[in-house]
Parts: sequence; C-alpha cells; structure tokens
Amino acid sequence: MRIDDHPILGTFEKGRKVSFVFDDEAMEGFEGEPIAVALRSNGVKIHRYTKRRNEPRGIFCAIGRCTDCIMVVDGTPNVRTCVEPLKEGSVIQTQVGAGPDVARN
Amino acid sequence: MSKGMSETGYLSDEELDNGPGIPSEGRRRKGPVAVIECIQDIPCNPCEASCPEGAIQVGEDITNLPHLLEEKCIGCQSCLPPCPGQAIFLVDESSTEGIARVTMPYEFLPLPEKEETVIALDRAGQKLGDATVIRVRKTDKMDHTALVTIEVPKEWSMRNRAFKLKR
Amino acid sequence: MRRCEMISVGAGPAGLAAAIEAARNGVEVLVFDENDRAGGQLFKQIHKFFGSEEHHAKERGFNIGYGFLEEAEKLGVVVSLSSAAMGIYENRTMNVLIRGRIEQVRAEKILIATGASENMIPFPGWTLPGIIGAGAAQTIANIHGIKPGENLLMVGSGNVGLVVAYQMLQAGCQVSAIIDAAPRIGGYEVHAAKVARYGVPFFMSHTITEAAGGKWVESATISQVDKEWKPIPGTEKKFELDTVCIAVGLNPMTQLLDMLGCKMVPVPSLGGRVPAHDLGQETSIPGIYVAGDTSGIEEASTAIIEGRIAGLAIARSLGYIDDSSFLEQRDRQLKSMVGLRSGSHGEARKIAKEYINAVMKG
Repeated sequence: MRIDDHPILGTFEKGRKVSFVFDDEAMEGFEGEPIAVALRSNGVKIHRYTKRRNEPRGIFCAIGRCTDCIMVVDGTPNVRTCVEPLKEGSVIQTQVGAGPDVARN
Repeated sequence: MSKGMSETGYLSDEELDNGPGIPSEGRRRKGPVAVIECIQDIPCNPCEASCPEGAIQVGEDITNLPHLLEEKCIGCQSCLPPCPGQAIFLVDESSTEGIARVTMPYEFLPLPEKEETVIALDRAGQKLGDATVIRVRKTDKMDHTALVTIEVPKEWSMRNRAFKLKR
Repeated sequence: MRRCEMISVGAGPAGLAAAIEAARNGVEVLVFDENDRAGGQLFKQIHKFFGSEEHHAKERGFNIGYGFLEEAEKLGVVVSLSSAAMGIYENRTMNVLIRGRIEQVRAEKILIATGASENMIPFPGWTLPGIIGAGAAQTIANIHGIKPGENLLMVGSGNVGLVVAYQMLQAGCQVSAIIDAAPRIGGYEVHAAKVARYGVPFFMSHTITEAAGGKWVESATISQVDKEWKPIPGTEKKFELDTVCIAVGLNPMTQLLDMLGCKMVPVPSLGGRVPAHDLGQETSIPGIYVAGDTSGIEEASTAIIEGRIAGLAIARSLGYIDDSSFLEQRDRQLKSMVGLRSGSHGEARKIAKEYINAVMKG
C-alpha cells in the first residue's frame, strides 16, 4: 500500500517508525502521520460500526471534515483518525456507536 | 462519424485530421516533427513559449489553439515536457524501412530501458503490438516528465500515443 | 485578545496570495488554517498548471505552494496552523480554536478563504468503507504516500475526476472506469486523453446504482441513464474493485460568511451559494473579503489572482497604498484573470462573476 517511489513526488518524508496497537494487534507506522494512514498501510479499512444498524464505516474525506473515520484513541472516542497524528504506543480501537463514556476531569 | 472525444475521452480520426497542430504526411516523412493534439480552447501557451524556432503559434488570446508551422519545426522536442496536457508528441517517418519513431511524454515509474520491448497502445489504450524502446530522456529541466521514443511500424505512427511495460 | 491588521482564514492559494500581497505593502498579516499544514489543495496538485507564465503555467501545484510559503515567511506573515476559526462576530472579532484552546482575535480586515467541500451522491452501499471523495484519494496518495486502494471507479468526469484518475494511475492503482451522468465529459479533453490512452474507459450518461460488499466495497454497478437521469434497465455493468472515488462537484464553504449575514447569491455554475463581492473582493459587510473557491468554484490560478486582489484592496483600505496605485495593480490582476475566464470552459464563470459583482452594486 505504501508508495515507495512516486514518479512526481519521489519518496515521502516520514517520521521514525513506531509501534502501536489496533484492537489488540501490534502494528507499525510512522510517527506523526495520520492514524488512518498507518491503519490503511496495515490493511485496516473499517474504523467504526454505527450504533443502530451496526454498519461499517471508514475514511471518506480524509481531511478531518466528515467524521466518518472516528475511532477510540487511547481511551478517547470520536477522534478523527485522518488528521490525528500517530504516536509511539498509541492504542487504537474500532469504535462502536458512540464509544465508551469518558470521565471528564 | 465516429464518437468524439467528449464521449470517449480520446480524439476521433475526424477530430484529429482537422487539428491545427497536426503536421502533414509530407512533413512527417522529411524528419522528426511535433504533433500537437490540442483542440479545445483552454487558456494555455507553454508550448508556444518553449519553441525556440517560433514554430508554434498561440497568440495574445491564450485560448487560441496552438498552430504548428511545420516547415519551421526542427523536431527538437522542447515543447513535449512543458505541455500540461501531455498532448504533444514527436513523430519521425523519415525512415525508408517501413518504421517510424514516436516520442511521447511519460510520467510513471519504472521507466523503460533502451532496447526493451514494450507494448504500443493507441489513443484508446488498445494494444497495437510490440515496439522497441529507442531512447529514454529525463532531465531536471523536464520536471519529472520523461520522454520515451519507441520504434513502431509506420502504419502506427499517427495512432500510437502510449505504451505499457511488459514486465 | 489578540489584535492585528489583517486576518486570512485559510492558508490555501487564495489566503496565502492575499497575505503575501498585503504584507508586501506593509500590512501586518495573521493567517489561520485548521489543517496541520498550509497550502490548502495546492500541495495535492502534482500536475503542471495551464495558463501562461504569469499564471504559473507548467509549474506543478505543490511547487507553487512551496514558493508561496517561502515568500510569506520572508515577508513576516504569521501562519498559525491547527487553528480552526470557530466563529466570527461583530466588529470583526473571531474565536479561533488553537490546539484545544479558544483564542479571541480581532482584526481591521478579514479575508475568508476557506475553500470548498466535496459533494456526495447517495446510492445503495454508499457508506461502505472504500468509498471516498476524489480529494481524499489525492490526500491519501499525494500527501501521505499510500495507495487509497488497488482498483477504483471514478464517479464524475470534471477536471477533478479526470486529474485524480490520472494521479491514481501514477500512484500505482488501476482505474476501472470513469463515469458521468452527463452525456459529455465535463473536464478538459487533454486530461481525459491522458487516462484514455492507458485504457481507462469512459461511460458517459451513466450513474452508479449500487456499491456492494461485505465489510467494505467489493463491487460497483453502473447503469446508463435516460434524458430524465433515470437508470435504464438492462444496461447494468458491474466492476470488481475496492475503491469508489466520488468527484461530483464542490460546494463553497461559506459558514463564516453566513454567520456574518453577508449577502449571498445562488449561482449553480459556481457550485452553490456564494457571497456577493465587488471587484476588490469585498463582501456586503465592510472589512470582510472573500477569495478563492469560497467565492465560487474555479481553479487554483483564479484563486491566486483573487487572493492578490483582496490583499491589495485590504492594503488600500488600511492606507498603505493610495487609490491610483491600487486601481492600477488591481486592473493588472483583473486583466490577467481575463484569459483564465475565457474559452468554452471559462466563459460561464466569467458571466457568473460579473453577475455577482452586479448584485453587489445593487
């Protein structure tokens, strides 16, 4: 899925390689790239399931406007993974419906 | 009357024949010459600006179609890389051995290699047949638009506008 | 509360061109952009631009973008990224969400250059993962360097659909077909020819009637449509694929202008409701300007010129340049725009813009 040598853009500058977890599975991606991109490069296409009909959803706009790509990231739901940068050790989970309640401090 | 470009995406024979950027057969047999397949009034003139011989005319109104002054064209290929529509080709029908050389812009990787056999395609992407790569040029000035010259049977010279790698 | 002379909401081609022009004339400029990088759509454009030398012809979009950023930096323009304008109020006060904190800012002049968002058409299966906007395909491939999928169907044959289809071939994807409900290809013929010659078939007068798959899209079905846009039974064609790109037009993002109560005009040929503005890009609200796709869907080249005009108008209204200097420079920019808004593709936009200017005059 990764483009190694693009005919116009050449190679893509990425941060260092980092490990993260998606639904209990260990994966690798590049620090700073959108979580959705790291997931996509690992073959993950489904980000969440809708509340009423349990339908799969994934990336649509890829620029943080449509919220179709939201997931639970480090315990916080509704994170727009197409713009949220990947960090070392991020824990990403498929969001189901509105996701877990998050206690507010 | 065959279906036109607005339905198929590629020029029909009729649309091609009437284009002001298309050199005559007589000129093509004399040596390499530009073939400008641009027949819509888009505001654009890098071709005119790039020609060192003044062989391409667009004029002050940049929506004018580029006219090829075929006698002035020296086949230098300067106009091929700058065309944003990749609509300019070079055709050389001067050989006496039934072959022609077609040079086209190419913006993909991997690049073919000299003497490699590729599959020549027509404007609709249909396979014409095998062809040999004669030359591959890619300089910084071309800004990632390589120019690939392939050798084809003369009958394909005005049909072949792309190629596919066999590998 | 932060105060400055000019704010540009949007660091795309229009916003940056305006900031550069204003800053060149001495204006203190602050640019906000909700994204984590500047450039708007410009950095996704890897093709060479049309026009003439003054329009950056034969330069690739992203290189034009780098040039703008360099110049903006040299001129001391402050570009604040990850900064989303939440609201805009009387007296040109704004609330901007910057990395989790809301900051209030106030400016003498504000330019809204927020661009546009992609349209969508509903069809059975449209929510399946793998169905993405054409802009999304560009972002994923050209900004982030991964293929959106292996095999895609492009819905829409305007320039966005044609250009993105070619870019997907460059990224190493296969393009099964380009379809459009209209009978004729909407974009430039040369863009269509670039993909046709690699065997991508075009299906005009066709619409997508279904996308199907278990957990993500695995096939798409298209049908020919009649003169009433209704699918004709028996004309279905099915493609096995993993991606469907939707390129059915853009819609100006005018929310901030709506908040202010700007006079809006419905102009279908420019993508929807657009703000009325004068030849200096000023809207019906004094001190509020608009440029780029927000003022009507056109191209990067026209966005850049509109941005420059707005920057000049702002510099003039702040007293940094006098009337005659402004008019001279503005007219030079307008003249440069004439070429871009001509020909069979540009003529309709020229007429639409003249209409908008006329509405502004009242």
